[in-house]
Amino acid sequence: MTDTTSSQPAPIEIPEGVWSQPAVNMSAVADLESVEAVRSVRAFASMTYDYTPGLATTRFLRAIKEKRLVGERCSETGKVYIPPRGVSPVSGLPTTEQVELGLDGTVVSFCVVNLDFTGNAQEIPYVSALILVDGSDIPIYGLVREIPYNEVQPGLRLKSVWVEDSELTTSFENIKWWAPNGEPDVPASDLADYI
Amino acid sequence: MGAERVAVVGVGQTKYTAVRGDVSLPGLLREATFRALEDAQMTLADIDAIVIGKAPDFFEGIMVPEYSFVEALGAVGKPIFRVHTAGSVSGSTAIVASGLIESGVHERVLTIGWEMQSCSEAMWALSFNMPFQQQLVAGAGGYFAPYIRQYIARSNAPDDTGVLVALKDRQNALKNPYAHLHEHDISYESVKESLMLWDPIRYSETCPSSDGAIALVLTNEAGGDAAAAEGRPPAWVHGTSFRSEPAMAAGRDQVSPQAGKDCAADVFRQAGITNPREQIDVVEMYVPFSWYEPMWLENLGFAEEGTGWQLTHDGVTAMDGDLPVNCSGGVLSTNPIGASGMIRFGEAALQVRGMAGEHQIDGARTALGHAYGGAAQFYAMWVVGADKP
Repeated sequence: MTDTTSSQPAPIEIPEGVWSQPAVNMSAVADLESVEAVRSVRAFASMTYDYTPGLATTRFLRAIKEKRLVGERCSETGKVYIPPRGVSPVSGLPTTEQVELGLDGTVVSFCVVNLDFTGNAQEIPYVSALILVDGSDIPIYGLVREIPYNEVQPGLRLKSVWVEDSELTTSFENIKWWAPNGEPDVPASDLADYI
Repeated sequence: MGAERVAVVGVGQTKYTAVRGDVSLPGLLREATFRALEDAQMTLADIDAIVIGKAPDFFEGIMVPEYSFVEALGAVGKPIFRVHTAGSVSGSTAIVASGLIESGVHERVLTIGWEMQSCSEAMWALSFNMPFQQQLVAGAGGYFAPYIRQYIARSNAPDDTGVLVALKDRQNALKNPYAHLHEHDISYESVKESLMLWDPIRYSETCPSSDGAIALVLTNEAGGDAAAAEGRPPAWVHGTSFRSEPAMAAGRDQVSPQAGKDCAADVFRQAGITNPREQIDVVEMYVPFSWYEPMWLENLGFAEEGTGWQLTHDGVTAMDGDLPVNCSGGVLSTNPIGASGMIRFGEAALQVRGMAGEHQIDGARTALGHAYGGAAQFYAMWVVGADKP
């Protein structure tokens, strides 16, 4: 039981006149004094955005429309980034080398979600995992399906499950989810540098 | 520290709650401000400059509030600064305020952190779906849970470590009249049996969404001496530090990020602390999910890597332990996001001033306030003491 009313702090003493307001003339509207004051209004809002992705994300999104995953390599550390931002966050240098990645990956870590954040798109519980795409050096988040949630473990090998070719667009949503690809698990020691 | 010593002479908090309702957001800020000024025995006329911090604007849906809230903040005709470091923001904000005094630019600075989560829905603001970005359809807990799982795997911590932290913090909150959650009937079993939201994080191991504001009044040495002479003990700032690191860097350790280690090392060096476990009397750290207590105990250097959970299990971090953590109830009991960092800093100050009320640790002389934010990539910390540095 949550009690938020007990042991309240002492009421605040506001200096005289600080919050003083001119008296409101309420005579213009009949019976206004008997109406309960409005405290809040709940309003739904939506906005449409035009998104300018920049060069690196454009390269990535154009590739993903062709059912390919393309990362970019930091010229100093050699690490491959997905999704590429066009710059290495470690060296600060532009990532000019594009790297064709695999369409499979490995679970690095995960959690089992019992609250629906997907807007009824997903039965609960579902698994949200950090997935290291083959050929990359930093994991991305993705849904794991086609396996009981309590059988997901770090090291699990996955394939990406895509929308129909006719539905491919410049969006991460091309990958519907990830599912086991049947390969043997990767040892945890091989994943230590990726979390 | 720089040329000028800095003292905390005023701390003002609102009652934290899910939906404040009876005051507007400007009114909420005024309430915290007047409580801080009352504590400092000042008025807004005494304040030279104002430094504010809150979480990203879309968390409460009020854009660029520093423009429209100038009057409410008491900032008309005065310099005003806003700081942005995600969830750590109001810790960073207090440090910027401190720096304005330390550098000799101003003598008395008011600093305010706030969030009115009831205006919007930060949980969903953190999980909106953008087709051109990677898909994290799991909210804030879904971001951090895989790293907590990794911590458990690395440390072999017992499953119920998080349960013990949540139970302790929520019971501490019963001693803090400002805390949002006052769960009188909470028990080990009730926490353990609460819904597993993001396995391994249970509902009762998760911070609430709160409305609230906190304000601090900081002064130079003369202001601190004057307060002390009038019998109002100041908290002296012994060290401040913030650090950040790129969120998305290959090879980054997100279980114990380097920026957190560096920030702690820096603030302890400034404060002359070589053995934090011995020299720090009380800690207010940013623990939005219970498992972050043992994780931060290691990251901050209070415990060897892989052993932070032992301090929790041994009762070291309880109010009667030798390193009490989050006597106020912490973020697990109160989370107005953009205020949560400064609440840690303010509670640390209250402890060394001997003004923490029922959750006071007797004889606390040195305290650490800690905040983190974003994808665990922003850190802000200060050490405050009862004695002058």
